[in-house]
Amino acid sequence: MQKSNIPFNKFYKSFNYISIFLIIFSLSLLLFKGLNFGVDFKGGTLIELRSLDNSLTISELRKSFNNLTLGDVLVKKFGKDNDYVVKFEKKQSVDENFIHNIKAELANDVGNIFEFRRVESVGPKVSAELLKSGIIAIALSLGAMLIYIWIRFEWQFSLGAIAALFHDVIITLGFFSLFNFEINLSIVAAVLTIVGYSMNDTVVIFDRVRENLKKYSDIKINEITNISINETLSRTIITSLTTLLALLSIFIFGGAILKGFSFAMILGVIIGTYSSIYIANPILVRLKVSQKTVIKEDREIN
Amino acid sequence: MLYFSKLKIISVIIFTIILSYFSISNFTKFDDNIFNRNINLGLDLQGGSYLLLEIDNTPVIEQHLQNELIQIKNFLKDKNIIYKNINITDNKTISFEVDNQFIDSTVSLFEGKNSEINPYYDQFKTNQFDLLVNDNNIELSYSKYGLVQLKSSSQNQAIEIVRRRVDEIGTNDPNILKRGNNRILVELPGLDDPDRIKNLLGKTANLTFRFITQNEEESFGTEKLSFQDETAEAIVSKRIILSGDNLIDAQPRMDNQVNQTVVSFNLDRVGAKKFAKATATGVGKKLAIILDGKIISAPNIVEPIIGGSGQITGDFTFQSATDLALLLRSGALPAPMKIIEERTVGPDLGQDSINAGILSLIIGFVLVVLFMIAKYRIFGLIANATLVSNLLLLIGILTLFEATLTLPGIAGIILTVGMAVDANVLIYERIKEEIKNEDNKVLAFDSGYLKSRTTILDANITTLIAAIILFAFGSGPVKGFALTLGVGILTTLFSVYFIARLLTSLYVIKNKNKEKLI
Repeated sequence: MQKSNIPFNKFYKSFNYISIFLIIFSLSLLLFKGLNFGVDFKGGTLIELRSLDNSLTISELRKSFNNLTLGDVLVKKFGKDNDYVVKFEKKQSVDENFIHNIKAELANDVGNIFEFRRVESVGPKVSAELLKSGIIAIALSLGAMLIYIWIRFEWQFSLGAIAALFHDVIITLGFFSLFNFEINLSIVAAVLTIVGYSMNDTVVIFDRVRENLKKYSDIKINEITNISINETLSRTIITSLTTLLALLSIFIFGGAILKGFSFAMILGVIIGTYSSIYIANPILVRLKVSQKTVIKEDREIN
Repeated sequence: MLYFSKLKIISVIIFTIILSYFSISNFTKFDDNIFNRNINLGLDLQGGSYLLLEIDNTPVIEQHLQNELIQIKNFLKDKNIIYKNINITDNKTISFEVDNQFIDSTVSLFEGKNSEINPYYDQFKTNQFDLLVNDNNIELSYSKYGLVQLKSSSQNQAIEIVRRRVDEIGTNDPNILKRGNNRILVELPGLDDPDRIKNLLGKTANLTFRFITQNEEESFGTEKLSFQDETAEAIVSKRIILSGDNLIDAQPRMDNQVNQTVVSFNLDRVGAKKFAKATATGVGKKLAIILDGKIISAPNIVEPIIGGSGQITGDFTFQSATDLALLLRSGALPAPMKIIEERTVGPDLGQDSINAGILSLIIGFVLVVLFMIAKYRIFGLIANATLVSNLLLLIGILTLFEATLTLPGIAGIILTVGMAVDANVLIYERIKEEIKNEDNKVLAFDSGYLKSRTTILDANITTLIAAIILFAFGSGPVKGFALTLGVGILTTLFSVYFIARLLTSLYVIKNKNKEKLI
């Protein structure tokens, strides 16, 4: 394969504007529209049920659930044709039997044609704790990454990497807000993996930037980053592709439960790959990183 | 980087074979006693119920404070300290007043390591009660660790009762664990309808026998309770004739005389004596049988019951009689419990998830394998061999530690497949660059490996950090994902640096004179 020579650095500015716009857009979405938290984080009950009667329509099902006085009930199709997911904000009930009662009343109303495939019921106290530990986990991993990069690189690099991470997390969440996708425990896992992946990608390019800075004393950082991105480009593309292949396979064949999770990851891999090129590197240029930055560090170590 | 000692080669091979054996043994049916290990399937894959119960300790604290109050009264009397206005406030503080002359001596009795009435916990360096002196008023309230002690002892009692109840129902391999100091986690694999167990765990099962009084109105020493079916109420004496503690057995039974299901019970010696005495004096009265504050039934006492056994009638079905007998046999919970989190997955959905997970694993795997062969030819094959060994090692390690595989865990394995080729790609791309400036192919390979090493380590450690934090803070299924992702990184590094490098070195040394090697 011929070594690529794409002038990435020519578009630093324009892509930065796009990113800044996307971040502001995402932040305002998060601020004004908010996220669609699932039962894990908001509390409430989720029932996945399968209807054994093909003629049952979703509006009939919706109607009979509304008759149960459970408050706001959301009924949606889920995966296969006769599968539905039903969500409501049943506050922590005194009554341990409420699922049992729902079953009985449904059987009464439309007939005994349901198979309850999954029930998740989370009390408000537990959901608040889960949300808190999710936020702590994301904050801690960002912190731990920052420290690791700080130890392995110079501060300019760690700033660049962390900016890229925040960029990825904010835009991914913004996307979830825009399309009203549900945030549950597995999305937190996805976001953390995105953090790891994006960091991974950034580190590979940064390693090359550092190496090239030491090698060429007369080339400006703007050009150095461009050379490094090009040198590592085929790896970036191959790894993103194989990861995306695996994720697409989960997204298409992995069943309805993993859809949101794999979608977040696919989004994250794309945004993460983009940000290691167009967020992390321009920051090195802005911070005027030079040969001195990396040589000084070496001397301190020796 | 391309040189391997014989010893190293052998140990790599042995290590790989052993773990692969564990891995494959999951899919074979034969039993052998030494390596009889299997990956556990999480509840989301095999179906089952996950229940998180929280103990409401308010009544426990109330009870303890009342006992404590009596003890303190007696203690102060013994020590000839005159006190007044002793009472409990806010369900957490006992306060009383003493005259000036007693203040110092009272304080010294309640303080320090040797206090008789206020136990000192060596491990926490604190007493059970914190002491607050305000002029003549002395306040005793549970210290932080006093409360912790109280809660963990009620948790210990509760978990014992929960275990008995779950065992009585007879589910497969239930998993009952403490969470924090006031929660109990119950995992019931294979149970797709937890209604009955939820019902049983939600009951305190506090059984008492008390007389119904003739009074029409509530008065001191009596209280108004309703019947279980909410149809009627009765005024019941607060004096407890007999409680569930005295029961040694309870069984559902068909009473042929009245053609009804009843629960028959046997009492211990103390209980039998008490019961005989009470029923002898109470002939003609109604004896209420009360469970968790609700009257089950209130039969007339026709004659004294002296044998130490009796039966509870009520409007029972066979199922409800069985459940009541079970509750009585397993004993009362020290405090009421609430289910604060429930996750139940039916076995069908579990099987569907396994199938979908395995299908997407195979497809993802095949896609990556084909891609690598198309891109790198012979080295793609080596990378793929690495991928296979990586999978075998990963599943082998999970089996060895009998880890629990969840649906997100399968996703973690698939993701590992996608990301595992990264290290080999980094190495091969680097070698391609090195080969341009280096005629000696072996040296080029060698420096390719060497120069890519820090990058690969850096890149993998960052993902490992995310996985570790996820494992530490994640809950339930997320932990399973973090586990496979984290172990996957370690096996990836091993496969890349030992297996793939070994294969590469064998191939390169044999074919070093080929024109286009990679």
